[in-house]
Amino acid sequence: MSDFSVIGKSIAMVDAAGKTTGAGKYTDDFSLPGMLVGKILHSPYPHARIKRIDTSRAKAIDGVVAVVTGPDAPNPYGILPVGHDETALAVEKVRYVGDHVACVAAISEQIAEEALELIDVEYEALPAYFDPEESMTAETDLIHENRPHNIEKDYHHVFGDPEKGFAEADYVHEARYIANEVTHAAMEPHCTLANFELDPHTGQLGRLTVWSSTQVPYYLQHKLSLVLEMPMSQIRVIKPLVGGGFGGKSEIIPLEIIAAVAARAAKAPVKITYTREEVFWAHRGRPRTIVDLKTGVKDDGRVTSVDCKVIQDGGAYCSYGVVTILYSGALLGALYDIPNIRYDGYRVLTNKPACGAMRGHGTVNVRFAFESQMDEIAAKLDLDPAEVRRVNLLKPPTVTVNGLRVLSYGLPECIDQVVTRSGWKERKGKLPKGRGLGVACSHYVSGAANSIIRSDMPHSTVNIKIDRDGGVVVYTGASEIGQGSDTMTAQVVAEVLGCDLSRVRVIAADTDLTPIDLGSYSSRVTFMSGNAAMRAAEEVKRDIVSAAAKRMNCAPEDVIMRNDGVWKRNTTTSDIGLTPSDIQAGKDAASGHVDGQILRGSVLQTRKEEGPKERMSFEEAVVSAIDFHGALTGTGSYAPPIEARGGKHKGGGVGPSPAYSYSAQVAEVSVDEDTGEVTVHKIWAAHDCGRALNPVAVEGQVIGSVWMGLGQALEEEMVWKDGLLMNPGLLEYRSPSATESPDIECIIVESIDPEGPFGAKEAGEGSLAATIPAISNAIYDAVGVRLREAPFTPERILSALRVKKGLKRIEMTESVDPTAPTSFREHGGSLWFRGKGPMRHLLDPSRQSTQGTGGEQ
Amino acid sequence: MKKELIELRINGRSRELAVEPNKLLLDLLRQDLNLTGSKRGCDDSSCGSCTVQVDGVPMLSCTLLAASCEGQEITTVEGVADRGSLAALQKAYGDFGGSQCGFCTPGFMMTVRWLLANNPEPTESEIREALSSNLCRCTGYTQMYQAVRAAIDAEQTGMKQELVEAK
Repeated sequence: MSDFSVIGKSIAMVDAAGKTTGAGKYTDDFSLPGMLVGKILHSPYPHARIKRIDTSRAKAIDGVVAVVTGPDAPNPYGILPVGHDETALAVEKVRYVGDHVACVAAISEQIAEEALELIDVEYEALPAYFDPEESMTAETDLIHENRPHNIEKDYHHVFGDPEKGFAEADYVHEARYIANEVTHAAMEPHCTLANFELDPHTGQLGRLTVWSSTQVPYYLQHKLSLVLEMPMSQIRVIKPLVGGGFGGKSEIIPLEIIAAVAARAAKAPVKITYTREEVFWAHRGRPRTIVDLKTGVKDDGRVTSVDCKVIQDGGAYCSYGVVTILYSGALLGALYDIPNIRYDGYRVLTNKPACGAMRGHGTVNVRFAFESQMDEIAAKLDLDPAEVRRVNLLKPPTVTVNGLRVLSYGLPECIDQVVTRSGWKERKGKLPKGRGLGVACSHYVSGAANSIIRSDMPHSTVNIKIDRDGGVVVYTGASEIGQGSDTMTAQVVAEVLGCDLSRVRVIAADTDLTPIDLGSYSSRVTFMSGNAAMRAAEEVKRDIVSAAAKRMNCAPEDVIMRNDGVWKRNTTTSDIGLTPSDIQAGKDAASGHVDGQILRGSVLQTRKEEGPKERMSFEEAVVSAIDFHGALTGTGSYAPPIEARGGKHKGGGVGPSPAYSYSAQVAEVSVDEDTGEVTVHKIWAAHDCGRALNPVAVEGQVIGSVWMGLGQALEEEMVWKDGLLMNPGLLEYRSPSATESPDIECIIVESIDPEGPFGAKEAGEGSLAATIPAISNAIYDAVGVRLREAPFTPERILSALRVKKGLKRIEMTESVDPTAPTSFREHGGSLWFRGKGPMRHLLDPSRQSTQGTGGEQ
Repeated sequence: MKKELIELRINGRSRELAVEPNKLLLDLLRQDLNLTGSKRGCDDSSCGSCTVQVDGVPMLSCTLLAASCEGQEITTVEGVADRGSLAALQKAYGDFGGSQCGFCTPGFMMTVRWLLANNPEPTESEIREALSSNLCRCTGYTQMYQAVRAAIDAEQTGMKQELVEAK
């Protein structure tokens, strides 16, 4: 039996009822009196100078209140301090099709859209770059003038002695892997509502309140302050329910600032909601990544050296790019024991929407390459792929060659679990033709040990207030985005205080009310916010326990808070010596007694006559404590320990984490050799989350990650033609539907991390990276072809099968090649329909009919 | 566009409303009636977040003219709760993790409610088939199957209990 009463049990999310009844409010569900609708004009050019913007015709329409353009808010910003290269609306140049040019605030959506058509913009088209390798050779017409060769950032890391490692190897394998661009496609389109209050003293616009679908309300507050030139204290950011983020809302999206700029100009509340097409343009997804990987191994599969070169197609702005390219290299470590690593990473700018952080930030595509290569090596050396992983395990506690500290390490058990459950040994290589099994592993950080804002402040702080009503109010800046942040916080606090979960009310992510928290990204919330919540609860608990000890006439150490009551330790029996009937009796008796007296005055007085007590209800203990100490408040915060903050090398700040989650997966697939279609039958996914605080939520996170990996493995891909996104809709950007989604069996492995809250680590991202290579390896097992480019669409499978049969290869790897056949129903979106898209590629047959209209504004 | 007066029955109540002939049902629900449970997740009827029932049939309110629904019984997610308590399906979606961010959940509620009303004992593939009309980006659907199964069990247990009590 577990020693816990609240955590470790599967419970519904604390906000579940609001979600199933429709009562829960997301940003777009709010409206304010006099609210205007904001609509944005986007660039139809991938790269152009803005020569002139004339908004007078738009402003003249009845119902249009304000039109704002770049010069209305020219201060640059960006999520990273090194990457302040964006403006809310384009100032001089537009850098991708869909870049933000102007915004109309009007009394209705229809009027706003009419007004957009009347904004005259004169562009001077510039040569544009779409392919990262081509972009890296650019000398002129740079996307950002201060980024030579369009390289946002490059890193060159050497750990150990890679050359010596390769010399020692018995076998060296080398190949190029490509993973195409994918996006979050969270179900809720981005939305922001901004409102200025009038200041009573100056009579002018005063405080700004912004409701926004964001994972990072505090960063938003900071960037708003930067762009609007207002003190942060005058800006309140409120995060209502968020309909999914996956990283897409983990930085400042232009509409969040544009809404405030428009509200300031219009002197009225403005709400902007992106259309689905605009969400695709806002993007910030996982970049197209080219990985050149070389691995040296001994005969038994033991890795001696790794050489990895990564080129990421980052799009037009820095976004999280510098962090992404560092993660790609840093997280080569901390999964296996690799003694020597060389890493060359290039983050390249192109004229496409900016890529940013997406679930499994930076690791996923490199992990696909690495785990595929492990499988290729196993096949070459005739080894069991699962065994190859076992011989490369780390021996924790340890610090890897690139400075990552690993304490808890559940990977061995994860591998054992999936190997056993899938019948790996009995079935691998013995399935009927066209059906196969593949294995792969992955890991991820439980929050970054170094914050992106270069500060020593705690990464999370939680406040608790308990009043005489016995209610526990928890104030946390952590952002619930559907992953269960609020539920986790409530559980941790209830566990520490030994109170009923229903007493705990979580107030989250409101910069006026809650203490600062960096936000929901890099899987940091359970570990960091959870630790902060635990410490805050322990602080309040000390006050309650000391008051209760006096009332019960015992030492504070003998006071136990559990089962919604406070108990004197029974010294005659072990532990607390409670039976279920004791607990019920305690609840009934104590609660009944106090009823109605709590607010009237001191319970202490009425209790004095009764002498020392054996047990008290939670309310009673709280009231005693308030009588002794005054109002009960507690604060707890968390900063990662210095030992976990990584090496001193340039870029060494990204990758280190206080703890890593581990995952192993086996996928079973079948491949139709005639159509090239891959069917995934089942995925066994074992995930080491330290301790499962809420098992049903952990399973949900793991299954969701695996499923998202499945999408990237089989069908998700952003298709570009001359910088125009050809599939900006949920029908064309296909993610697996319920009928295509296989059974995913989640196996929770608990390694009990020494520093996690109750031993917990991350669960929300780490599993994603293993799914893509597990499927690719299973495809190899099924039909003997190695897919080195994701997603593994029927076209790519058929192409690989042709090569295997000795037929001519059909080249389909270049997604910029307009003649490449793809399976997507392409439509190019609204610009295309209105004849405003960029010129199509010279070779594109469909260009013949549209020539002359394309590119005209 | 000039408004016209129409009468709609929504969640069992009749309402007289002045709407433009081109007003979409979803906009009417969300903007005019503040029934914000139905969500807009896309522009092209691909996601199912806006699903409502019209005469018991799941329809996408984002591509349905409000005026065309006169005389029909419209049920939104706000009308699913069972006499003020969570319906078995709503409870099960919470308990089994069928809802994470929750944005798609109202649409799923309407779709699954239709499934269970028309096919009280659906097979695994019938459940999947029904769910495939709505998109979810969080759950991978696995926990939704469990939730739907649990809801069916709960309904059946509940019905048995009612029978016992009646006896």
